[in-house]
Amino acid sequence: MTDATTVHHTDVAGYHALVSSLRDEGFNLCIDVTAVDYLTHPNRAVPDDVVRERFEVVVQLLKLPGVERVRIRCQVPATDAVVPTITDLYAGADAPEREVYDMFGIRFDGHPDLTRILMPEDWEGHPLRKDYGIGRIPVQFKAAPRSR
Amino acid sequence: MTKPIFAGADTGEPSQELQDYDATSATELLLESGAVLRLSETDAARLSEEAAGTEDETMLINMGPQHPSTHGVLRLMLELRGETVLRTKPIIGYLHTGMEKQGEQLSYLQGQTNTTRMDYAAPFFNELVFCMAAESLLDVELPQRATWIRMLMCELNRISSHLLFMATNGMDLGAVGMMIYGWRERDEFLELFQSITGLRMNHNYIRIGGVAADLPPGWRDHVLRLLDLLPSRLEEFDTLMTGQPIWRNRLQGVGVITPEEAIALSATGPILRSTGVAHDLRRAAPYLAYDEVEFDVVVGSYGDSFDRYAIRLAEIRESMRIVHQILDRMPQGDYRVQDKKVTPPPRARIDESMEALIHHFKLFTEGMKVPAGEAYVAVESPRGELGCYLVSDGSAKPYRMRIRGPSFFNLQTLPHMMRDGLVADAVANISSVDPIMGEVDR
Repeated sequence: MTDATTVHHTDVAGYHALVSSLRDEGFNLCIDVTAVDYLTHPNRAVPDDVVRERFEVVVQLLKLPGVERVRIRCQVPATDAVVPTITDLYAGADAPEREVYDMFGIRFDGHPDLTRILMPEDWEGHPLRKDYGIGRIPVQFKAAPRSR
Repeated sequence: MTKPIFAGADTGEPSQELQDYDATSATELLLESGAVLRLSETDAARLSEEAAGTEDETMLINMGPQHPSTHGVLRLMLELRGETVLRTKPIIGYLHTGMEKQGEQLSYLQGQTNTTRMDYAAPFFNELVFCMAAESLLDVELPQRATWIRMLMCELNRISSHLLFMATNGMDLGAVGMMIYGWRERDEFLELFQSITGLRMNHNYIRIGGVAADLPPGWRDHVLRLLDLLPSRLEEFDTLMTGQPIWRNRLQGVGVITPEEAIALSATGPILRSTGVAHDLRRAAPYLAYDEVEFDVVVGSYGDSFDRYAIRLAEIRESMRIVHQILDRMPQGDYRVQDKKVTPPPRARIDESMEALIHHFKLFTEGMKVPAGEAYVAVESPRGELGCYLVSDGSAKPYRMRIRGPSFFNLQTLPHMMRDGLVADAVANISSVDPIMGEVDR
């Protein structure tokens, strides 16, 4: 079984308009919002007119009833990792956008509650970034008040 | 303490606390009831007016993460006015172990050992979705028997997962005897899994290119024995719960959600089907051989907790129907694809052939090279759409492995189900969402 989903490529400027137009086409269920950090794999295959950036925000949409799917790959630069939110279109994008922010540090402009969702709120760093070290970070504890 | 290495560190996160209730804007209310619902402006204004001037009457209550009814470590921040729940905020992450990051360190051969631990009540589905995504990148065609074995294991697993739901749902609502019955039935299935895969949970049975081992002698009798046992037990469930007035009063009309809301909040599985939307990936986009078996997609009509309970009970019966058909039609043949790139040689060959030993060694040390690309594959797990988005850079490890856990998305419907309900019904609502925190937090 090969994955034959239609893929739309976009940049940050055209992202919200593209998702909005797909929603108007009837893609009514936001299946997933996630991201990929292409720091160590910068030369992945994309169409010629797409400028490759470090991050990609990947959105999967589904058209109900039916099975038609579409995938949106939005190129997000590392220097200014801010993307407009799509929670105004899909309320269900709330939690996954928070997860992307938590794991990759990509900010979603206009998100109602952009806080860490999986990691502790005082955690430093964004674990799913490729330059985030593995296995050599001591467990972070909140500073407990001392008795004396 | 060593500083983590990362670029663009930003630790100025706002805290996760709820804001004051009268600070709730109309926009926030709109989002809470599903952004695409398009509440009329007067409704939104009325709702936001209602919120004003109540700061003295509301109370914040923390429920969990160690509450027995929260299925693990779900924490809820409840805002109450008297006995009525106004707002709910699920706070998750207590079981986060970085499994997606871990998935980038493990080779494709090790990947399903990692994913199987996510939804620990339905491990076969997690293995299946990872393997299907990898096979989609590798372009591997499965032998018929492997497909049907996978389908058999998944349907048995769906039954055992729903039996677990029956147990916990009963326990949460005070039918403590139900807990014992549900676990007892489920244990029969775990013993079957043990006899087939060697393990009761976290099987690592479904592998890329097929399954780990052929079905053992006597498997058919074992499955048949369970299928004979189950109908009478399900009738006991009906007597104990479905037809019982206390049970019905406790669940009917509790946690109602409309189809528009469920779709807007990305709910799938029994929650979406309880609202009357007949969306089941086994029917809508048949994978494995689901287009060759007969079964019904069970839908509800009210979208309440009782529908979600009844749907799962009915799905057990549908899965039994599918398993009967699988038993009749299980094809003979190979249980894994004979493709040297993905399949290790049989154990016996390693003792007698140097080439087989080298082949085995190379496969397990270097791993298989998966062509660069990306793939998203989705299957219908007992909780909804379970998806796997794999990105490969052509090496032996996934570049990125994203698991779309249905519980993670289904939890978003919880605040909506709880709104304006009684705090006593909170437990019924949590239970009917059936979240598995291992999958929520990954």
